This record gives sequence, structure tokens and C-alpha cells, in this order.
Amino acid sequence: MSAKAKFYQVGSFAVGNRLLDPGDRTVQSRQDRPNALTGGHRACRGCGEALGARFVQDAAVRATGGRLITVNATGCLEVFSSPFPENAWQVPWMHSLFGNAPSVASGVAYALKAKGDTQTRVLGQGGDGGTVDIGFGALSGTFERDDDVLFVCYDNEAYMNTGVQRSGATPPAARTATTPALGPAPGNAFGQGKDAARIARAHRIPYVATATVADLHDLEAKVAAAMEVRGARYLHVLVPCPLGWGTRSDETIALARLAVGTGLFPLYEARFGEVAAVTPLRRPPVPVEEYLRPQRRYAHLFTPARDDAAIARLQALADANIAEYGLEPQEES
Amino acid sequence: MTADRRPLPFAITLAAGTSLANRTGAWRTERPVYRDLTPPCEHACPAGERVQGWLYRAETGDYEGAWRALMADNPFPAVMGRVCYHPCQTACNRGELDEAVGINAVERFLGDKAIEEGWTVPVEAAPTGRRVLVVGAGPAGLSAAYHLRLLGHEVTVADAAEQAGGMMRYGIPAYRLPRAVLDAEIARLERMGVRFDLGTLVTNLDVESAGCDAVFLAVGAQLPKRAHIPAGDSARVMEALSLLRSVAEGEPVRLGRRVVVYGGGNTAVDAARTARRLGAEDALIVYRRNRERMPAHESEVEEALAEGVRIRWLSTIAAADGDSVTVERMELGDDGFPRPTGEFETLAADAVVMAVGQDVDRRLVEDLPETEGAVAVGADFMTAAPGVFAGGDMVPSERTVTVAIGHGKRAARRIHEWLGAAAAPEPAAPPVATPADLNTWYYADAPHRVRPRLEAARRAGGFEEVVGGLDAGTALFEARRCLSCGNCFECDNCYGMCPDNAVVKLGPGRGFAIDLDHCKGCGICAAECPAGAIAMVEEPT
Repeated sequence: MSAKAKFYQVGSFAVGNRLLDPGDRTVQSRQDRPNALTGGHRACRGCGEALGARFVQDAAVRATGGRLITVNATGCLEVFSSPFPENAWQVPWMHSLFGNAPSVASGVAYALKAKGDTQTRVLGQGGDGGTVDIGFGALSGTFERDDDVLFVCYDNEAYMNTGVQRSGATPPAARTATTPALGPAPGNAFGQGKDAARIARAHRIPYVATATVADLHDLEAKVAAAMEVRGARYLHVLVPCPLGWGTRSDETIALARLAVGTGLFPLYEARFGEVAAVTPLRRPPVPVEEYLRPQRRYAHLFTPARDDAAIARLQALADANIAEYGLEPQEES
Repeated sequence: MTADRRPLPFAITLAAGTSLANRTGAWRTERPVYRDLTPPCEHACPAGERVQGWLYRAETGDYEGAWRALMADNPFPAVMGRVCYHPCQTACNRGELDEAVGINAVERFLGDKAIEEGWTVPVEAAPTGRRVLVVGAGPAGLSAAYHLRLLGHEVTVADAAEQAGGMMRYGIPAYRLPRAVLDAEIARLERMGVRFDLGTLVTNLDVESAGCDAVFLAVGAQLPKRAHIPAGDSARVMEALSLLRSVAEGEPVRLGRRVVVYGGGNTAVDAARTARRLGAEDALIVYRRNRERMPAHESEVEEALAEGVRIRWLSTIAAADGDSVTVERMELGDDGFPRPTGEFETLAADAVVMAVGQDVDRRLVEDLPETEGAVAVGADFMTAAPGVFAGGDMVPSERTVTVAIGHGKRAARRIHEWLGAAAAPEPAAPPVATPADLNTWYYADAPHRVRPRLEAARRAGGFEEVVGGLDAGTALFEARRCLSCGNCFECDNCYGMCPDNAVVKLGPGRGFAIDLDHCKGCGICAAECPAGAIAMVEEPT
């Protein structure tokens, strides 16, 4: 009759828990966490990318014992963190251009190799504009050469810094400055855009993973796993953007949770091109409508008339992900 | 700006400095404020137990700390953990998620552990020299005595019975509350210096001539209500309370093979289950309304049915004779009241046990004003007689052990004030934490652990306790199912999820603070707090 007292009847998915062994708590729960991206930065209220960057950086700093060099593409993250002369980075960090961050990261990795430094690791990072669009050729090169770089894309699904223009990561039906909610097919077109993580997998690099700011344990485990292997690695992190998505600043985490819970954003790990592990949904899939409705970029799907066809097409995308990756919730054993 | 005075690189005109110089707190329109809401369990507890507070201690395995926190409000955890109908669990927000936390089972575990370990409560208050007479050694009286003693008063509890406990001893059967448990918790009061004057019928309520400074009356409601049933000379009709009392005192009771119990409350169910244990092959409860309207507690009805007790709904007893009763079928009217149908049936019965409720015996209190058949008291539990307070079943209220214990506690505080103590400020309780206040995504599914129950076949054989206790592992599991509604449990979500590093972690047990220089007021900390322990408050303009 005695039940094993799991440490987490409360707060198993929370950042920390006083009942957990300190070693099992997240890096973010530690009083002495690195705070690679400190306060005073100029990200919008409730910025998902600021959160995602600190989560990833702190986990990477911990995984490398602090021997980490970061190369940043142009974008929100770079702009809000480093308006001269202020800087929010508390780690070695450099910025070059919008499109060349993967190449600069590769260069740093080669320089370290030339110096015989096998300890210091390299992390390249950018938004979806710098990664999925502008820097994609450079990124593909880093991948195909299998350079020893972890590249992280903080995906907020449009060019938010320059005023919310569509990117190759903007989802169908979303309104942006360049895909207005006008005409017979308002918002971004269906059937366009790229699945960057899938393309990364096609390079058959050692490690590709997806994560969100809503499940910190999952995200930190993936950063740690990425740092355990050498060669080209890619991490795609969904980071909701209150400004570009038209959401309340306190909904950032909830929306990332819904993106996963609907099946629109599948969480998985792939090794050498093959999906090696998925994070199944914890509950039966949530209808996509619950994810779409709070976001003003999808407001035209609900007003003045409900666009059932477009909602159904988005639902089909979610359903296809659930089927493809096997995300159905599993019975607790 | 940095204090670094090294020469600046080419084309750099300003030294780089940390972004912390940028006080982004100026953007804020709302600020997060930590708060404590009232957990629904605490709100629902008639004894005013701070349930979430003691569960929080139990979660780390600090059972003694948990027990001491519990004892601040209720001197009978081991009894409560057996006889309380746990409105806390009905109110528990976890019920919306999977199942309510087994608060009652953990309470019993703590109570039993305290008895096993011999924990006791020290009287730390300085003696006041004031004397209080408590009349009635039931739950209300004993609870008042305990709290008055803790406040430094000299307390004597008088009762006409030979042993203390009141209904806990003479009403509740041993299969629900083993007497060793009751004895142990009463003995603790004795060790704390509460004096007992048992076997003494108090007839005088005059404060001065009783030689005390205040009196607390808690004699209960022991007078069986009358239901007029034409009964033949040979009919064996007895009152449920006398049956239960005789059994409690070990007196022989002869009921026969077929016993009919009349009534639908917990006492009726207790009487029927007792009859089964005394050897009745057939114990039938006759109740005039249906199951939904039966006042007896659901779990007791379930257990009774499992033990072979039968219930005949929508029936009244019209007459009783030597070996039979005549029942009339009833039907429920639109107003929910039963109406006779004129259809009669005769059932075999060797004895009829009446359990149609009890009244307050007014002989002791005939001078005091009456209300609803009970003694009228003010919000401070004082009767019309100065210095004479009353509580428990003898004042208008729900009649359960837990309510009586709550009366005892609250009355003790008012008596303390009556005896000259400054009124302790009782700040208004904060709002109750509702499921909407919680972010339940963060809680793992963890189904309720059920207490073992004695096999039904073995129960009718004696008065062995039916419901078992939890072991330490299970009690810990159950305690950790608590959602900590409305109260911070240091999950670090606010600290971890702030995009601006504006939540400061102060360390274990010390909680968190907001760095208002950098908090932009996004509200993520409040939205992602699992327990609803953060509110967003508008900034003054």
C-alpha cells in the first residue's frame, strides 16, 4: 500500500521545488544562476526571446563550466541587449552582421581548434529572421561542414525588431506588416515558409532539437544534451512575442504552452537526422482555436466572421504533427 | 558607466557599462505583489485549522512541526482523522484537477504519530489565576478547556459521566473511533493541567457560587426526540443513543435477529452498523425520504451498505409490535417533503431503534433564553447570563464533532477576553483561493491514496476499527498532493520566468522580492504562479 513519495506531486513542472534534490532543479531556480542576460535590457514587456535566451545561455554556461563564447546575429535580441554603451550580456559575446552569425561562429570554433583549446565551446544564436531567412546559407554551411557549433534559433515567427514583417518562419494565416489581413486569403499564405528544424535534420548533423520557453526542464535538458556532443548542432526554440503576436505581456508562457499542447509546435530531439525522442503531450490535444483566439495576428479568423476553413487548415497542421511525431498523451505507468 | 579606466579602443567614445544602469522599472503600469490567499480547506474547516500550513510542514517529513501547527487549532488530530466529515476535502481545489487531497488521512497519521511518540503541548502562558468551569466533557468542552489552559487559565471540566469524551465516547461507535485513541488525546489534556471532575452532575450555573470566574456550557443535545409510534406491549423499542451508550460502556444489549432502525442521520447509521456487530442478521434502516436527502454522511452509508445494512427509503413506521413493524410508503412532493401514500406493509422485526434526532436537555439552562430548541448565544458565545458561555450541540449549529471543537476554540478566546485580556485583533481573512487563481499546468497528476478498509465480511464480527491509517510513505505522498492554494511554496517560477531578472530569490524559507528598478510589470510571474500567490496591482499615478 505504501506509495513511492515522488518529489513532485507539487510543482514537478515548475522551475524549482524545495522538495527536489538541488541537483535535480533547473539552472534557472538556482540563486547563483549565471544570469548571462541580465536586467535593464530593452526588450518589450513580457518578451519571450529575452527569457529564451537567458534559459539557453544559463544552461549552456552551466554545461560548459563557463567556457562558452556566444556569437549573435542581428535582430531583436542583439538590439535590445546591447544598445551602446550598455550591455546586458554577462558572458563573452560578439555581434557581427545579420546574415553571417553561423559563419562567425564556425570561425571562432576553428580559431579555438587552431589554438588547441578543446574546452571552450561556441554557441551561435539569432532570431528566425537571422536564422531561417538571412543567415540560412551560412547556417547550412556550418551544418554541412559539421563545424563544432551549437546554433540556437529563437523563433518568434516574424521580423519583430523592424516592425513585424513576415519571415520564412511566419505561420500560415498570421497577419504581419507584410501579410495584412486583407483580401480573400488574409494573412500569411498557406503552403509557404520553412520548417528549419526539419531542414537541419536533413543535414544529418549530430543533434537537432525543438523547445519552448514554456517547459524549462525540457529546454535545459536539450541544451545539456547538445553540449554533450561535438559537431554541428541546432536548437529551435519557440519564443512568443507580445508585440508581434498581439498578445498580453503575461500570456507569453501560456501561448508557448498552447503551441505545444495543440500540436502546432512539436517537441522532439533528432540525432543524425533521425527523430530520437519526442515529448508527448501531457493532456489530450487542445483545439488550435484556443491558441489562435488570444492572438491579434489571428483576429481576422474570428471577426467579423469566423473563418472555419482557415481554422480547419490550421487544425489539420496540428493533427498532422501529432500523427507524424506520435505526440498523443501516454498513460502514466 | 564602468569604473574601468583603461584607454578606450579605436573609434569608441564611451566606455561600455552594464545595462543594469537602465532602470526599466519606469515602464511599469502594474507591479507584482506577493500575497497569501485563504486556502479553501482552511476556509471550510469548522475548527479553523490552517490545513495548508500544516500540510506544508508534513510535505518535508516534518511531522512533529506539522502536528504542532495543527494543535494550535485542534487538540484532537487522531480523533479528527477518524470522525471528521472533512468539509476541507469537499472544498479542496485539487478535486477539480484529479481528486481532493486526503487531508483527513494525513491528519490521522499525524495524530497517531503524536500518540506513538508521546508528543505533548507545553503551557507557556503565565498563569492568570483565573478559573473557568467547563460543564460537559465532550468535544466542545474539551476544546475550550485546552485553549483556555494554553492561555494560562485554571480549568476544571465537570461531567456527569464517569469518563470524559461525551459523544466521542458514548455516541460514536468504537469501530469508527477506538477508545485507546480517544483516551490518549484526553490524557494529553490532563497532562497539560486540565482538571477533571467526572461523575458530577452540575446543577448550579451561578458563576460566583461555583467558585470560578467564567463558565463554559457544553452539555450537548442528549434528549431523544419523540416520534409517536403506536407500539404494542411486547414491542421492544429503544433509543439509538442509549443503545450506543450501552455498547460503549460494555453493557449487554439484546436486540434480536431482525433490527429496524428509524431515522436517516449518522446516529441511525451508527445504530444499524452496531446492531450488525451485536449479531443482528438483518439490520434495516427505515427513512422517510430518499438517499439524496439523507443527512447521514455518504461514506458512512457506503460502509453500512457494504456491511449488509439495508435501507428502506421513503418509508415511515406506522406501528410496532412484538415481532413486526408496519411501514407506510411515502412519496416526495414537489417541495421535497415526504407525503403518505396510504400503502402499508408489515416487516418482521425483533426490535426497533429510534434515531430521529436529539434535543437539548433544558433542565440546566431553563432560565436562559431559547432559540431553535437550543440555547441562544451571541457572536461571542455568551448566553444571557454574564460570564456564562455556551457552545457545541446545545447552541444552534450543525452538530458535528468538528463544529463543536471550533466552538470550543472560539469561545475560549472570547472567555479569555471576558476575563480581562485585551481583545486580540483578528484581521479579516484574505479572499479564498479559487481554481481560477491557480495555474494547474505545473502540478503533476497524482491520484489520491486510499486508506485501507477492513474487509466487510470481517467487520460485522466485532468492533474492530474499519478504516485503517496511512503509512509514512503514503502520508507523505498524500501531503505532497497539496496545491498550496494561494500561498507561496517556493517553486521558483516567478524567479525563473522573469524576462528581466527582476525577481530576487532570497533563499530557502525567505521567499522572493521584486527588483522594482527593473521590473517592467509584464505579469508573467503572476500568470505563471501555480498557487496564485502573486497579484498584479496598479501603480499609483
